[in-house]
Amino acid sequence: MPGLFIDVKVSDKAAKDAAVVAKLEEVCPVDIFVQEESGALRIVEENLDECVLCDLCMSAAPSNSVEIVKLYE
Amino acid sequence: MRFYEYESKALFARHGLPLGQSGVADSAVHARDIAHRIGSPVVLKSQVLSGGRMKAGAVKFADTPDEAAQIYDEIFPIIVGGQKARSILVEEKSPIAQEYYAGVTWDGRRKLPVLIFSDMGGIDIEEVAEQHPDHVSKTHFSTLLPVTPRIAKEAIAATGVTGAALNKLTPIVSKLIDIFLAYDLTLAEINPLVRLEDGRFVVLDGHVDMEAEARDQHAKLLAELGIGPEETRQARPPTDFEIRGAEVDASDHRGVAGNVVEFDGDLGLIIGAGGGSLTLFDAVRSQGGRPANYCEIGGNPSVKKACELTKLVLSKPGVEKIAVMMNVVSNTRVDIVARGVIKGCIESGKDPSETIAIFRIPGAWEEEGFKILAKHKVDYCDRSVSMYDAAGRAVAKMKAA
Repeated sequence: MPGLFIDVKVSDKAAKDAAVVAKLEEVCPVDIFVQEESGALRIVEENLDECVLCDLCMSAAPSNSVEIVKLYE
Repeated sequence: MRFYEYESKALFARHGLPLGQSGVADSAVHARDIAHRIGSPVVLKSQVLSGGRMKAGAVKFADTPDEAAQIYDEIFPIIVGGQKARSILVEEKSPIAQEYYAGVTWDGRRKLPVLIFSDMGGIDIEEVAEQHPDHVSKTHFSTLLPVTPRIAKEAIAATGVTGAALNKLTPIVSKLIDIFLAYDLTLAEINPLVRLEDGRFVVLDGHVDMEAEARDQHAKLLAELGIGPEETRQARPPTDFEIRGAEVDASDHRGVAGNVVEFDGDLGLIIGAGGGSLTLFDAVRSQGGRPANYCEIGGNPSVKKACELTKLVLSKPGVEKIAVMMNVVSNTRVDIVARGVIKGCIESGKDPSETIAIFRIPGAWEEEGFKILAKHKVDYCDRSVSMYDAAGRAVAKMKAA
C-alpha cells in the first residue's frame, strides 16, 4: 500500500548501485529502504508514512538521485 | 497501587514502627489459632482495598479464640465497596487513650510532599480539617534537602501536642516520611496512630499507595510482600478496550500512545503532553462534553501507533468524532501525529474532516502538520487557542451534530 503522505523516488542508477542501496538501508531511521539479497533496492511501502523528513537518504545518495515527495503539498 | 492493610503494616514493621500482635487468617481455624497465640481479645478486619469496612460490618471484635473463628466466617463473605475480602487480619484489641492521624502525600499544587498530622485521628481527615482546622497541621518538605525528625516534630507540635507524647510520636512520624520517600509512595497514612492506656504508641491502621510506575524499581520489596506482577490493584479489571489500548502502546517502542481508560461518553479523545491529558479531559467535561475515553499520547509515537490508537477509539460504539488535543509539544511532532490520526480515520472508513472535531497540537513541526491538516480539510488551531477553548469547540460540534 503506497504512502498516504509521503512517496520516495530513487533514480534507476542509484537503485541498481549496491553500495548506494546499502547506504540507504543503513541511514533510514524508519526502515523505508531494504537491500535485497541480489543487492537491489526494495521500498517498504508500509513504512513510507513513517518518514521523518530527516533527509539522510538524500545525503547518502548521489545528488538528486533520491527525492522525498510530500503528497500533501 | 494500593497495598492491603496487612501489607502496609508489613512494610511499616520493616522500618520499626510499633505494631500490635497480629496475623493474617485465611480460614476460621487459622483465625482461632492467631487469636489463641495473641492471648487477649482481638479485632478481626476484612482485607479489602476500599474504605468503609466498619460501616459494612467487616470489622468486628472477639473476646475468645472460638469467637474469632465464628466472626471470621461472618465477615469474610461481606462485600465492601464491591470487593471481596482477600483475607482477615486478626490483631490484638488495644485499650485506646487517644487517637492521632499522620499521613504523607504529594501536594500537586506546591509540587512538594506534605506531611499532614492531627491529634484527632480515627475519623476522616478531611472532616477534621473542615470542622477542626486548628487540630490539623500541613507541613511541606523538600525531597532534595535532608529529611530530619525536626519536620515531624514541628508538624506534631503545631497541633498542640507537647511533652512525652511529642517525643514518642516524633520518631514514628519521621519514619513514615522516610518510608514515603524510600518506596516512591503516593500515600503513606496511619489512621489511627494511638496512645494506649499504658502509654505506648501503636499503629492501629495504615494505608500505603505506591506510584504504579515505580513497581519495577521496587520489585524485590513487592515480591517479599507477596504482591505479584499480575496484580494491577486497579479499582476494576481492565476492559477489552483498555487491554487493546495497552497492546497498541506495546506494539512499538517509539513514544506513548495508549494508557486508555474507557468511559461511556461519545467524544473520542486523543490527548496528551506534559499533563495535557488530565487537563484536556477535565476541559472537555467542564465544557459539557462526554468523553468516551481517557488516553495518553506523547514522546513522539510512530505514525502507525497514532493510527492504531485512533482506530481503537473510533471502534467504540457511538463514537463518531474525536478531539485531538495536546499541550505545546517539543519532542512529539505535530506532523507525525497529524498523519497518524488522519490515517486512522481513513482506515476506519471515516472522513477525517468530519471525524476530527478539532486538532489542537501546537509545537514542533506544526507548520508541516498544518499543511497535512489543511490538505485533508481538518479543523485545526494553534497555541493562540487555549486547551479549554479547543475543548469547547469540539464539544460544540458534538452538540450540533
